[in-house]
Amino acid sequence: MKRPVPTAAAALATKLRAGPDGFIRLQIDERDWIGLAMGCAQGLQDLLALWVDDDAAHMGLGVPALKLRIIVSVPLKRGSFPSVAKNHPAACRLERSIRDLHGVEPKGLPDQRNWMDHGKWPSPPPSLKKDAARRDAAYAFLATEGEGLHQIAVGPVHAGIIEPGHFRFSVNGEAVVRLEERFGYTHKGIAALCKGADIATAARIAARISGDSTVAYSYAYALAIEAALKWRPPPRAILLRGIMAEIERLSHHVNDVGAICNDASVVVLHAHCTLLREDILRTANQCFGHRMMMDRIVPGGVAADLSAAGAEAIQALLARCATNFEAVVRVYDEAPSLQDRTVSTGNVSAELARRFGAGGHVGRASGRAFDTRLNFPYGPYEALDFAMALHAGGDVDARVWVRIEEVRSSMALIRQMLKLLVPGPLMSVMPRARASEGAAMVEGFRGDIFVTVRLDDRARLVNFYARDPSCFQWPLLEAAIEGNIVADFPLCNKSFNCSYSGHDM
Amino acid sequence: MRSLLFKSLLEGSAVIAPPQPGSAAVTELAETLGQQAHARLGRSLAIREVDAGSCNGCELEIHAINNPVYDAERFGLKFVASPRHADVLLVTGPVTWNMRQALERTYAAMPSPKWVVALGDCAANCGVFTGSYACAGAVKDIIPVDLHIGGCPPPPLKILKGLLALVNEMTK
Repeated sequence: MKRPVPTAAAALATKLRAGPDGFIRLQIDERDWIGLAMGCAQGLQDLLALWVDDDAAHMGLGVPALKLRIIVSVPLKRGSFPSVAKNHPAACRLERSIRDLHGVEPKGLPDQRNWMDHGKWPSPPPSLKKDAARRDAAYAFLATEGEGLHQIAVGPVHAGIIEPGHFRFSVNGEAVVRLEERFGYTHKGIAALCKGADIATAARIAARISGDSTVAYSYAYALAIEAALKWRPPPRAILLRGIMAEIERLSHHVNDVGAICNDASVVVLHAHCTLLREDILRTANQCFGHRMMMDRIVPGGVAADLSAAGAEAIQALLARCATNFEAVVRVYDEAPSLQDRTVSTGNVSAELARRFGAGGHVGRASGRAFDTRLNFPYGPYEALDFAMALHAGGDVDARVWVRIEEVRSSMALIRQMLKLLVPGPLMSVMPRARASEGAAMVEGFRGDIFVTVRLDDRARLVNFYARDPSCFQWPLLEAAIEGNIVADFPLCNKSFNCSYSGHDM
Repeated sequence: MRSLLFKSLLEGSAVIAPPQPGSAAVTELAETLGQQAHARLGRSLAIREVDAGSCNGCELEIHAINNPVYDAERFGLKFVASPRHADVLLVTGPVTWNMRQALERTYAAMPSPKWVVALGDCAANCGVFTGSYACAGAVKDIIPVDLHIGGCPPPPLKILKGLLALVNEMTK
């Protein structure tokens, strides 16, 4: 009798030990691969990442309830692997990117259109299989039919100071019937640039995958490299990393709350929040020598120390922040005209957030209780405690409240870490290089970032892959806007605040 | 809401003193503009921003020059929604192949006289993305550039100094 196809990653992973990075690694066959994809759709595990490296496809899976993370690999057969998206739509855009960049065919992929390849590259990506056929770049948007429907095309150049992307709205009067996104405009070939690079060069590139999450990306990259090399950063560096990561989160959450209010036409709150953000960035600059703390987290430790004066500056910042931010929160909470715009606007159902494994405020505002810092703690978070910001509303308002609560918890976390800070070195010596691999997940302000690296014995990157939280959030924006009016799109979009650059890489 | 507004009135302004135009910017502009006749723009510039493939770090700092501390609008620097209303095209990022056409079309849509500012290290020389199959080049490889403001990303004060130099030179 044939054994039943396992759909639960947990069943496959029993008795297997995780590597130093917390991931169990397992070679499987195509049958099990398909079963696990079905299991993702059923909610038995979350899809964390999907990538191709040499002659295998790899899938990162997570079961937060069991503290289980597993990377399964299936060998490519004649340049193909069974499509995950066929059973689990959240993988669709990831697989379309894989087709464009590797020429590898996800067998049964329901959407055959290009994603990253707009037909503009004069030479193909170096990762593309030599015999891969270049496909037609013509792009057909999904059809909408019905009386009175018309389309609004927006982008790639938007009206504001924003990243490029294309939005195709099909509308009936004011109501949006369908939104379809088209991305890839900021694709910079980052994985290819990192291939063959040394650790330090790739660190600078990883820090620029999505500038707003530069600390989080540097952090995830450093953890992945350190896991591969069994490299342990010193205790002071671990805490400084946490402090920088929370300052980054603080700066964006504060800004986003203001920007959402701005899109609901309450400009005064936006002004207050941008002032707060400026205060935070200036303090970061004073403490770590860069407003966004770019390149300050490096494999092996940190590249900037925090002086006693710097620690005091952060304490003073937190005191100002607490007062000024709470004043903003009071106004938000008490203004019916503002709530009229945010409550019940841009709804994301709990089921959809679960199916797409949406992280960050998008997931947590729709009841998905996942925060990497709590579910898969790393660095300082192993010793810190805080409550997860969790809401069930699923609307713009719920996403605002998740941010508000995370501003508060970030401030508390920074205070805790400042207390724990002990003197000591900032970097530890790199162990001898060896052929190895490592993966890591870090909670950026927008959600969980996944990074995996493979190194050769000269400490050069053989493979690099990163998955931005936006990859699992952008598709939900298409769902959130349905039935809303066109004028509420900026509000919904801002409440998500996804990254284009991180998604396009 | 009222108490917040009242408090803002009493606390006075957060704005910093006007900075001097950046000296490097003044030098570059003297070269790029030469003896060209300057349009009478009445000390105001309408700016259209285009992200041609940046990591979004530059965008954050461009946003910052509009906050109440730097308050770019007091210098006549106004960001506009359409290239057809713009005097200046402010471009960030290494220009990706996928954004090249959009950048060229945005530039073409602007009425003359028009100027281009390339902002950030990537816009100047592709930065860490140099050599990628996906990048078409620096901004000056695609459209003529009048001023570079370097940095990764340039802090708001540096952006402001560069743009102020542009206002001064344009309206001399």
